[in-house]
Amino acid sequence: MARVLINVPATAKRGSVIQIKTLISHVMEPGFRPGPDGKIIPRDIITLMTCKYNGEEVFRADMFPAVAANPFVTFHTIATESGKLEFAWTGDNGFTETASANITVE
Amino acid sequence: MTAARRIFHILHAASLPACAAAICILSLAAAPLRAGDIPLNQRQSGYDTMGRDTRAMQDDDTANPATLWLLDGEALWSKKEGAAGKACADCHTDAATSMKGVAARYPAFNTKQNKPLDIEGRINNCRTEHQQAQPLPFENKDLLALTAYVARQSRGMAIAPPPENMQPVVDQGRAIFEKRQGQLNLSCAQCHDDNWGRKLAGSAIPQGHPNGYPLYRLEWQSVGSLQRRLRNCLIGMRAEGYALGSPEYVALEAFLMWRARGMKMESPAVRP
Amino acid sequence: MTDINTTRRELLIGAGASGATMLFAVRPAGATPEAMKTAIRKVIGEAKVSTGRIKLDIPPLVENGNTVAMSLTVESPMTAKDYVKGVHIFNERNPQPNVVTFHLGPRAGKADISARIRLSDSQNVIGIAEMSDGSFWSHEISVIVTLAACLEGTN
Repeated sequence: MARVLINVPATAKRGSVIQIKTLISHVMEPGFRPGPDGKIIPRDIITLMTCKYNGEEVFRADMFPAVAANPFVTFHTIATESGKLEFAWTGDNGFTETASANITVE
Repeated sequence: MTAARRIFHILHAASLPACAAAICILSLAAAPLRAGDIPLNQRQSGYDTMGRDTRAMQDDDTANPATLWLLDGEALWSKKEGAAGKACADCHTDAATSMKGVAARYPAFNTKQNKPLDIEGRINNCRTEHQQAQPLPFENKDLLALTAYVARQSRGMAIAPPPENMQPVVDQGRAIFEKRQGQLNLSCAQCHDDNWGRKLAGSAIPQGHPNGYPLYRLEWQSVGSLQRRLRNCLIGMRAEGYALGSPEYVALEAFLMWRARGMKMESPAVRP
Repeated sequence: MTDINTTRRELLIGAGASGATMLFAVRPAGATPEAMKTAIRKVIGEAKVSTGRIKLDIPPLVENGNTVAMSLTVESPMTAKDYVKGVHIFNERNPQPNVVTFHLGPRAGKADISARIRLSDSQNVIGIAEMSDGSFWSHEISVIVTLAACLEGTN
């Protein structure tokens, strides 16, 4: 099932700055709101997102409960060489998710 | 301001005798147009009145969280289900062709069941009859995903006017739309026909068109169905909501589609 | 407090002529401007924070605090020697002052990031950029959050 949507240009010019968009399915339960039974629903959020470009980290985000449900993050990176962008998310209750995209740099 | 809207205010401001006079004016002035009718050229999608950032979220599929549901729906379309071991795709093949325009003409009358079905109802009908699977409960993630996927195939298409056999259902929906109910003694029409474009607390009152459902609502932080939205309104009116899947909601959906006839489908849309 | 559905209590003061109901929000205590300052100090220590170089963009009138589009840019050459190391976002009135922290480096090419955040109420949001030379720059903006008129209740 689809959990993640990442948007990386398939091709890019060497040295150009490209935009990367990421969208991941997650409730981001903040841990402050009561459920129907009046008890606080425990926190369940993504706490960390990383992006590695051919093994080297180019972007990282530490997330708190104030990040909206189904986190959407966009950022930029320089298209240095052809290869792979690898994304990873980790969070509460052992949550992990990964995704990757290939890029051809000309 | 339309005559009906003006008189609505007179009615509330007026003393009792003046009120009776105003009722006479109302019946005269409103004779050609029913209260439920926003002039066709004044209709606007909720999209037109929402903020720049919310519009941007809808405009870009990779930014629209409903795309996650769409992708699920696409996968489910080809997944074999039930005792029959059949997938939607086994009968309907490519949804891009077979489902094109379907959501723009639903709810539709199902002659076999002798009742109107909305898209969710139709999907469940397929599940029980053709896939021999259990129907999915309303607001179930898979049902929303499949509904969104089917509705997506009508994006950009004009909502079709309901056929003749749906007219009684449309009329029933209109009666519910115009009926005052709940502790606030409000009807749907009082907000969405008479006072659209104004503010309720800090929010703009939309005309209440069904052209983007199922949609990602920021308030919900999730995709939800039109029925969920209708129930949400009823709760806002302090009225008792119907059970999800009930014929009252289907009738309301049918009336709303008639009311939005000709407007463009946006499913799955984004709304505040 | 990030879900405005269930933690705000509403007071109905009457249905007026237009059928409008007005809602007032009473919220539990959460982050405060002081708590935000403490949270900022925790991250940046005693360093001086100047205004400028970072630009935070949030629509001044937010339609729903559950999902608020936020974007930011930081002026920097983004070279190996002079780049943006990170950007920290804080708020005054959510239950917690921290929102999100982005870590980046010269390979970003440009410091231009967007995300969606939650704001429980009208408040100030501050973005602090941390540069490779150890300097800190900030931009604080005021955001008005409108509340949904009709609440669904717990669901």
